[in-house]
Amino acid sequence: MSHPNKKRLRRSMMFLNCQKPGLIKDPYIYKPDSIMLDLEDAVAENQKDAARYSLYHALQEIDYHGVERVVRINGLDTPHWKEDIRVCVAGGADTIRIAKTESAQDVKTVEEHVLAAEKEFGRPEGSTLLMAALESCKGVLNAYEICRASDRLIGIALSGGDYTKDLQTTITGTGVELMGARQHMIMAARAAGVQCWDTVFTNLDDMEGFEKETQMIKLMGFDGKSLVNPRQIAIVHKIFTPAEKEIIFAEKVVREIDDKKAKGIGVFTVDGKMIDIAFYDGAKRTLAMAKAAGVYKGDL
Amino acid sequence: MINAVGRDIPEEVLKATGKEVFKGAYAYDDHEYTKAAPKVHAVCDPKRSKVVESIHEALVKCGIKDGMTLSFHHHFREGDYVVNMVMEEVHKMGIKDITICASSLGKANDPIVPYIEDGTITGIESSGVRGKIGEAISTGRLKKLAIMRSHGGRVRAVESGETHIDIAFIGAPTCDDYGNMRANGGKSDCGVLSYAVVDAEYADKVVAVTDCLVPFPNIPASISMIHVDYVCVVDAIGDPKKIASGAAKPTTDVRKIMMADYCTQFVINTPYFKEGFSYQTGVGGASIASTISLGKIMEERGIHMGLGLGGITTPMCNLLAKGLVNKLVDTQDFDMGAIESIKSNPNHIEISASEYANPFNKGAYVNKLDFVILASLEVDVNFNCNVVVGSDGMITGAQGGHPDTAAGAKCTIVIAPLLQGRIPAICTNVTTVTTPGETVDVVITDYGIAINPRRQDLIECMKDVDLPFCTIEELRDKAYAIVGEPDPVQFDDRVVGVIEARDGTIIDVVRKIKDFEF
Repeated sequence: MSHPNKKRLRRSMMFLNCQKPGLIKDPYIYKPDSIMLDLEDAVAENQKDAARYSLYHALQEIDYHGVERVVRINGLDTPHWKEDIRVCVAGGADTIRIAKTESAQDVKTVEEHVLAAEKEFGRPEGSTLLMAALESCKGVLNAYEICRASDRLIGIALSGGDYTKDLQTTITGTGVELMGARQHMIMAARAAGVQCWDTVFTNLDDMEGFEKETQMIKLMGFDGKSLVNPRQIAIVHKIFTPAEKEIIFAEKVVREIDDKKAKGIGVFTVDGKMIDIAFYDGAKRTLAMAKAAGVYKGDL
Repeated sequence: MINAVGRDIPEEVLKATGKEVFKGAYAYDDHEYTKAAPKVHAVCDPKRSKVVESIHEALVKCGIKDGMTLSFHHHFREGDYVVNMVMEEVHKMGIKDITICASSLGKANDPIVPYIEDGTITGIESSGVRGKIGEAISTGRLKKLAIMRSHGGRVRAVESGETHIDIAFIGAPTCDDYGNMRANGGKSDCGVLSYAVVDAEYADKVVAVTDCLVPFPNIPASISMIHVDYVCVVDAIGDPKKIASGAAKPTTDVRKIMMADYCTQFVINTPYFKEGFSYQTGVGGASIASTISLGKIMEERGIHMGLGLGGITTPMCNLLAKGLVNKLVDTQDFDMGAIESIKSNPNHIEISASEYANPFNKGAYVNKLDFVILASLEVDVNFNCNVVVGSDGMITGAQGGHPDTAAGAKCTIVIAPLLQGRIPAICTNVTTVTTPGETVDVVITDYGIAINPRRQDLIECMKDVDLPFCTIEELRDKAYAIVGEPDPVQFDDRVVGVIEARDGTIIDVVRKIKDFEF
């Protein structure tokens, strides 16, 4: 049976440096959907052990009030990742983010170690979910097989910095350099039935640019975005949470389709718009997202 | 004797000061008393000059002697030179046993600490003490009890004669040769001279100290020549860069912005948020952010602030400039924007500290406040606040207008992050009570908002408001769960300072810090 949290709402995934206990002690007050406790790039090479220690105690001691606790582990090409996995599982992390994923085998390798750790620390087998960060052209090209590599895999995330380096370009702010990867990844994720998240936006002085980018990736189909600062959360949530009129319309669509189907009517109009069965799933998804975001209390 | 906030005030302190214990924030309503009056040396002879050549000459002409009380204002904030230059001269003259009665003392005044140690200064009365002076008091180096009063309390003490000022030294950005002082012009603009007005009116001798002598008449004057005995021109009364900074950039700290948003949401859901409401806020990041976010909502809803009060910062002036505030009434300017505003906007008006906050006049501005947004070092489960003594037991803060505005406002909101580093800001008992909990209505933290159970009306208003409400005990428990319950600070038995309530009763005492023993 699939993990009950595999498809939970993940609009905002906020990075936090495990090397800084002050940062990881209470990020839930900002109400992100997920936090990403980072053992990888944010942690200095000679502080990996200290960061793991902080992480373990944070996972064990802090009540994160239902915010998903994702841990970004070090890449499989480093000496750290195995111990990272043991600490994540021992501490009870909800999800492990695999850095620099390039192939389905990377996911499978991590999965084996996660399973071993679950056995070692007496945690339920299959309780630790996985997500894969795609940070290279190879990883992006292998997106579909990565998405299908494990039942634990909740989705894939684009890591724009490393990816553009690999592409031999830079982040321009226009999004043009990321367009191919974004399109490809979202298609792969949807084909495999998993979620997909966009890369971080690091210029905190350009909140307007951040908002524009978030609007764009929402239209492209992404489930959410990786974030570097709590200031970005409210903007993402606003964009990724259905507005009241969208909810009302979706409710009407679902009800009308159910009603008309029983009466043998296939095509009809709702608020002047032509509606048929093709709109059903989209309307259901809008309501599910509104419900998960706490703005819809209805019964559909 | 136990007072109304449960603090045990030692009998010897009551005896030594002749004061009573705190009985409640409004216990002295309708209190009758006779105001004090200063000695006046009349200036009838138009040929007599008030200008003196030096601080030394001013001191000599004022008849400086051992045991006197000298007063100062703190409008030059961390740029102040006046206290130091006067006390240096007093010290050179070998005068001892001076009491300093200041509206506040800051780190700029650290150089006077050696004069505390050698007995030049033996008493301090102030609304704020920071830096090394605070350490000197807390470590028992000041001979007499330090007396800490609110801004309103200080005026009350002077006007009622409880404190008698022998010589007031009033730093003035501009002054004419007859003593008309203005807060603007010259090289050390400070916007207003509100705190010094009572000194000018009640001191036996008044010396204007300026670094910019201007032609007579320097009017409209913040302080009139009729109160001034001498005018002393010096090279510099302060460091302009530290007197007024540029407007602080609005905070980008999300925690502060979040608390500010909670505050704004609270404010707009009270019945007091309506056309013509009155409002005061402090200068902390969250306070300024709440002014900015409130301004947006005022603009959207077309609601105007009738009165903006207090220490003024640029964001309040921006609201005035936009026409969202009818009158800004000012006792202190915190940045260049505020100083520029009072110079140019006729609806930005200077008042005295008595008009601002004195509980013993016939009604101060604070009594007309709907909202005040304050900060606090600590708040306890009875909503008592501590804004003077650090959690390490060291005096390091200022009552300022905190107890005055809290007592006056219909809705007193304290914003404090739940944890100050590893110290819980919400606790079972504050280290020192400086503002009584009966005057504090709401505490807003990053983890939740607690309404004082005395304010059932506010609790009722917020019934359907989507904010993270909880009890103050829950906030305390949350803080203790994260950082643990700190052991109480170790104090000696010796009392080194008295915290006066606005009405002059004793709300708490500060004891000498005990050296930490491992």
